[in-house]
Amino acid sequence: MHSTALTATAVDAPTEPAEGGRPVARPARRRTPRGALPYALVLPALAALCVGLGYPLARQLVLSFQDYGLAQQFGQPAPWVGLDNYRALVDDTYLWSLVLRSVLFCFFCAGVTMAVGVGIALLLRLMSTTVRLLVQTALLLAWAMPVLAVLTVWQWLFDSQYGVINWTLTRLGGDFAGHPWLLEPLSFFLVAAIVVVWMSVPFVAFTVYAGLTQVPEELLEAAEVDGADARSRLRHIILPVIRPVLLVVGLLQVIWDLRVFTQIYVLQKAGGVTADTNLLGTYIYRSGIGEGRFGTAAAVAVFMLVLTIVLTSPYVVRMLREEES
Amino acid sequence: MSRVSPTVRTTANLAGVAILLVFAFPVYWMVSTSFQTRAEIRAPEPTWHPFGGSLDNYRRLFTDGDGFTDALRTSLSVTLLTVVVALLFAFLAALAVSRFRFRGRKSFVVVLLLVQMIPTEGLFISQYKMLESADLTNTVIGLTVLYVAAVLPFTIWTLRGFVAGLPVDLEEAAMVDGCTRTGAFFRITFPLLAPGLVATGVFGFIQAWNEFTVGLVVMTRQDSKTLPVWLSTFTDVNRGADWGAVMAGSTLIAIPVIVFFLLVQGRMVGGLTSGAVKG
Repeated sequence: MHSTALTATAVDAPTEPAEGGRPVARPARRRTPRGALPYALVLPALAALCVGLGYPLARQLVLSFQDYGLAQQFGQPAPWVGLDNYRALVDDTYLWSLVLRSVLFCFFCAGVTMAVGVGIALLLRLMSTTVRLLVQTALLLAWAMPVLAVLTVWQWLFDSQYGVINWTLTRLGGDFAGHPWLLEPLSFFLVAAIVVVWMSVPFVAFTVYAGLTQVPEELLEAAEVDGADARSRLRHIILPVIRPVLLVVGLLQVIWDLRVFTQIYVLQKAGGVTADTNLLGTYIYRSGIGEGRFGTAAAVAVFMLVLTIVLTSPYVVRMLREEES
Repeated sequence: MSRVSPTVRTTANLAGVAILLVFAFPVYWMVSTSFQTRAEIRAPEPTWHPFGGSLDNYRRLFTDGDGFTDALRTSLSVTLLTVVVALLFAFLAALAVSRFRFRGRKSFVVVLLLVQMIPTEGLFISQYKMLESADLTNTVIGLTVLYVAAVLPFTIWTLRGFVAGLPVDLEEAAMVDGCTRTGAFFRITFPLLAPGLVATGVFGFIQAWNEFTVGLVVMTRQDSKTLPVWLSTFTDVNRGADWGAVMAGSTLIAIPVIVFFLLVQGRMVGGLTSGAVKG
């Protein structure tokens, strides 16, 4: 289906008038019809996107309107069921608790990440150069770690028997010898949140720190001379300047933390509980790949896509406005 | 900051040391543990340094690593193939977007932005079904098709910036002096673009090398797992029993990424929010 759309573009292309024209001087020699070249250049990328993303997206929509279960896996045709999958989801109280849980987890992680990240960025300005460089190096290291390596290290740190965290907490007087962190849903989510926040903070800290360099130094000094204390300088000078950065970074955190899958999935395998620790992503995986209920999984996935688009549209609109200017 | 009082500076420095520990320690601990013996790892008191350790954990991975070498081969093939294909396609598209005005250009740019927001988790069910019906699950080609599509939008977006920054005048001057358009492009523009291509390629490498979710869904056979998927299974098998080998595997997976990342980090910080910083 996508291939026809592509051929259409390619066929249309030559008839495209060389409208608009490029403002720059034209080369002396005339070659292929001007209009066709850009389309030919875009074609491979467009084709790759259509195959890898476009087609699955379309297929997913179709799937979400079908009853596609194990029988269909073995070749049975999938009957159309209209909105049944969606209706079943709306009636499913487990799914709603899942949505609530995902949103809460997302906002908790994004909130803590932003607070810690902005805090570090502000502190970086006050440190001496040596300490600042060391801290920046540490943040870079943490940022560069592959997610799976991060997860294994934190599992090892939180290991109930030999983990350093239980050892330290016991040393500090707690009773944490052999404490299993991943068995209880609440402490499971605490560990997951620590991992997510630890991974996300460097990006926030660096970006906000870069934003802080835009704050005019003279303004800060003038305010200080006029007797403004640190807090009011922060509120009336620094924050207004970095507000756009904070908005974009915060939005990205929300998007990224809403789709969190890897961390939850891997820690679930360590902990053993799934029903009480599922979030949207792991639920899609388990109902689809795990149980073969592809129709249901596709419907949840479509819901998640829509949620993301709704949350992201301000960011996209913003980027586009900049693109135009 | 011109004037920071000594008390404020000391407090900030102390906080800095605490931050340093929180972010550097897990990375240090991964590397340190990877050199320790099982006895050290399971001692009631942690061993805080890797000195006097051995390479046994690493040796185990290569001799009896439950498929580490297979995973390494799969990951390298998929990653390199993804980077090469994505760079080529992205370069052509970036050229079109930044050098030409054509009908549909704007929609293309919008699509690039939108696509970057699609969560993998919202799409892997049908991506799996697609590869399954094409008989491409557990193959390098199948996974590469998905990775190229995943990496492309960002790659085009970044390369576009580099291409737009190149002086068209220089190229045209060369043409006035008798170069063909292609000749001018390869002699003038391409060398100037090389750093941009390298940086963008590194991003693609990191993304494909680290990717877990799609790999997990698509590469299910033991001998076709990618490194992150292998590490996840390997951890489940050896949890508690052999943290040393798990940390050795993690370290090996992390090293190329850390090295590459440090090389291009300057551009990374700008990347996503450069527009926002501009305000």
